Amino acid sequence: MVGCLTGVGVVFQTDGKLARLLLKERKPRRRMFEGYDPGNFYDEMFAAPGVVRDHCQPLFERFNNLSESDFLSRKATSELYFLKQGITFNVYHDNRGTERIFPFDPVPRVIPAHEWEHLEAGLTQRLMALNLFLHDIYHDQQILRDGVIPRFYIEQAKHYRPEFRGVNVPGDIYIHICGSDLVRGADGTYYVLEDNGRCPSGASYLLENRNALKRAFPGLFDSLGVRSVDSYPRDLRDMLHHISPRRGDAPVCVLLTPGCYNSAYFEHCYLAREMGIEIVEGRDLIVADDVVYMRTTHGLVRVDVIYRRIDDDFLDPTVFRKDSVLGVPGLMSAYRAGNVALANAVGTGVADDKVIYYFVPKIIEYYLGQQPILPNVPTYLASEEEDRKYILDHLPELVVKAANESGGYGMLMGPSATKAEIAAFRERIIADPRNYIAQPVISLSRCPTWCDGAMEGRHLDLRPYIIYGRDIKIIPGGLTRVALTKGSLVVNSSQGGGSKDTWVLRH
Amino acid sequence: MVRYVERADNLARLIDVNQQLLLDFESLDSERLRAFWKPIILSNGDEELFNELYEEAGSAEVIRFLTHDRRNPNSIVSCIVLARENARTVRDQLSDELWEELNSLYLSLISPDAQQQAEADPGPFYAMIRRSVMSFHGIAASTTSRNEAWDFMNLGRHLERADKTTRFLDIANYLPGGEDGGETGAPGVLHWSAILRSCGAMGAFRSVFRGEITPENVVRFLVFSREFPRSIRYCLDLVDESLHRISATPRGTFSCEAERETGRVLAQLNFGSAGDAFDVGLHQFLDALQERFNTIGNEMFETYVLMPERVQSRPVSTFTPISTALAWHDEQQQQQQQ
Repeated sequence: MVGCLTGVGVVFQTDGKLARLLLKERKPRRRMFEGYDPGNFYDEMFAAPGVVRDHCQPLFERFNNLSESDFLSRKATSELYFLKQGITFNVYHDNRGTERIFPFDPVPRVIPAHEWEHLEAGLTQRLMALNLFLHDIYHDQQILRDGVIPRFYIEQAKHYRPEFRGVNVPGDIYIHICGSDLVRGADGTYYVLEDNGRCPSGASYLLENRNALKRAFPGLFDSLGVRSVDSYPRDLRDMLHHISPRRGDAPVCVLLTPGCYNSAYFEHCYLAREMGIEIVEGRDLIVADDVVYMRTTHGLVRVDVIYRRIDDDFLDPTVFRKDSVLGVPGLMSAYRAGNVALANAVGTGVADDKVIYYFVPKIIEYYLGQQPILPNVPTYLASEEEDRKYILDHLPELVVKAANESGGYGMLMGPSATKAEIAAFRERIIADPRNYIAQPVISLSRCPTWCDGAMEGRHLDLRPYIIYGRDIKIIPGGLTRVALTKGSLVVNSSQGGGSKDTWVLRH
Repeated sequence: MVRYVERADNLARLIDVNQQLLLDFESLDSERLRAFWKPIILSNGDEELFNELYEEAGSAEVIRFLTHDRRNPNSIVSCIVLARENARTVRDQLSDELWEELNSLYLSLISPDAQQQAEADPGPFYAMIRRSVMSFHGIAASTTSRNEAWDFMNLGRHLERADKTTRFLDIANYLPGGEDGGETGAPGVLHWSAILRSCGAMGAFRSVFRGEITPENVVRFLVFSREFPRSIRYCLDLVDESLHRISATPRGTFSCEAERETGRVLAQLNFGSAGDAFDVGLHQFLDALQERFNTIGNEMFETYVLMPERVQSRPVSTFTPISTALAWHDEQQQQQQQ
């Protein structure tokens, strides 16, 4: 155990007290990554057992030289930060329970500069194509006339809003904030798993993960060349200003929240505060003569841009769901009249439809004349005769997803499903093929994660945040979600997922 | 939010001082003990609830009811939970430090061993609460822009403080007759000094009234002082100032009913005397004040939350969305139930 002896030596230099303690006990110390097994997966840090990827080398050395007690106390520091910030959830769904934080793993996920350039190019291409597609769908529908996408897929898409055909939006931008989920396969290839063009959430976690890690490991960032993520709120605000229909120095922008009981309310407050804009609920806004006003203690103030964190369905009870009390009566007519801009625009959900996802590579080719830089995960459409047959024959090997569900719901993980579950999904697919797609199981990449006393590999994905205003900006980082349960491929926080800080390196 | 914080602070003061006061009395039997704590529960208007929840009325029960019992919406813990919930809804308006202070107090109060700690060693526990609230006010004062949010905070704090001072004073009316040298049926010096201490007013009182602690002097000080920050007059003066800053109308005039009522109360305090209070009876006098404070709170709600809509033609530099104003005022409903 030679490595352990040097371990004590290193500690002696940095922390004499601790080293004395260790020397007294005469117990060889275990290195943080000792015995780590990357397994049969693409590992973000290790190319092979004991072989660290070049761009992770400095990080590896820093972490590997920590003693377990030092690591744990730093981990506790980061957890205390979340607790103090109130980024918590209640265990018993009332205010009597203990506050818990969302699990955060201190070992960051590192993306080297060249990989990030590739991702940036691919995501930019994808978002441009999706916006051209949405503009087309809500105007001439050339892509349907040319038969690239069968018309009925659009017309039957749950979030398609035919009543908004012909409505022009500022700059022809529909998806202003996009959170496309990326995964890596066994060979390290990045795939787009899904697009979130409605109200993608989680950006505040990205920013707070960074803050928490900075508290726990001050001094780690400068020397390792990690790009800053601070600009996100500024970029977001610039985008909102850019899409204001009224020209002027200071458009009034507001963030429309469903209210303080929404699970993302922390994020709404956080972003509003960081951007310096007001956070409002539906009852704060009224519409008169197709103009939106905010009710304030000093009367009504005209609103130019609404960063809405409410789904289309709840925006305006006179147009969409009549029972919605979250929305603003008349908002849609102000929007049609061009007196207020919404980010994201109404009707973007059609691009989130997992059936439309299948067509995105064709959409990119159709509008941009380019090959997609980031591939889709291979996808089968249950409504196509041949695909459906394949799906039904191979259910135990496939992941089946409902076209319009998210958060890990409405999903069948074939390899881990019971016979009864598979039979139930077979029925559903046959009854409503338009609503289902299937994909092969991607063995997601893994990253070392602290699990009960040792570093173990856990599967993860990546959600970058892309802002489309004057131009397209991607925050250099993202929300890395990690499935903390051994072997699990489901990273959603509602199903035992945690998160990690995401580092994009300068070089 | 600030009103809940203020309320928790006042309760902590009250409990702490009265526990100390208990040490001054020898051989209290349970009957006397009950009589002693009763006014404190009465002063919060929670007698019914207490009787419903507890059979005994010993010190331990009363203190638990007032400190940790979440079934009591006015217990210290309930107040801090509500204040924190309120702060969460207006988090975008608060400085990070301010949120952290309140959240830390919240986390320490709901931690599993908080109750044990309070019962084993109450002194440091209540001192911790008072210190945290002081920090809260200090951070608020040094990190909040002097805009409308500040005015609303200030208003809520001083309205609550004025109300609590009336309730401290009202305790005198419920106290058992003194064995401590006072005439039978009248609260003695020890009681009045306990009231002064619970307002943190002992030192300031002495420097004004060098002589004896008499009921008249205490009322003169805690109701009519122009200078002491917990006196009712002082608090009302700040309420009046905040109201006029929000509406941007000169003081001495009024633009809404809240301002009018505040002006009236303030005039009564400006030109009244302790004699007035004892003429109508101290309890009736304080009771009437409490009712008027409620009126001020309700009228503010009418004016700033349920206001008629009018379009602001000139650009306004400072304004608060209604839901935020509402969050500052959520305390209202609570107050009305009492």
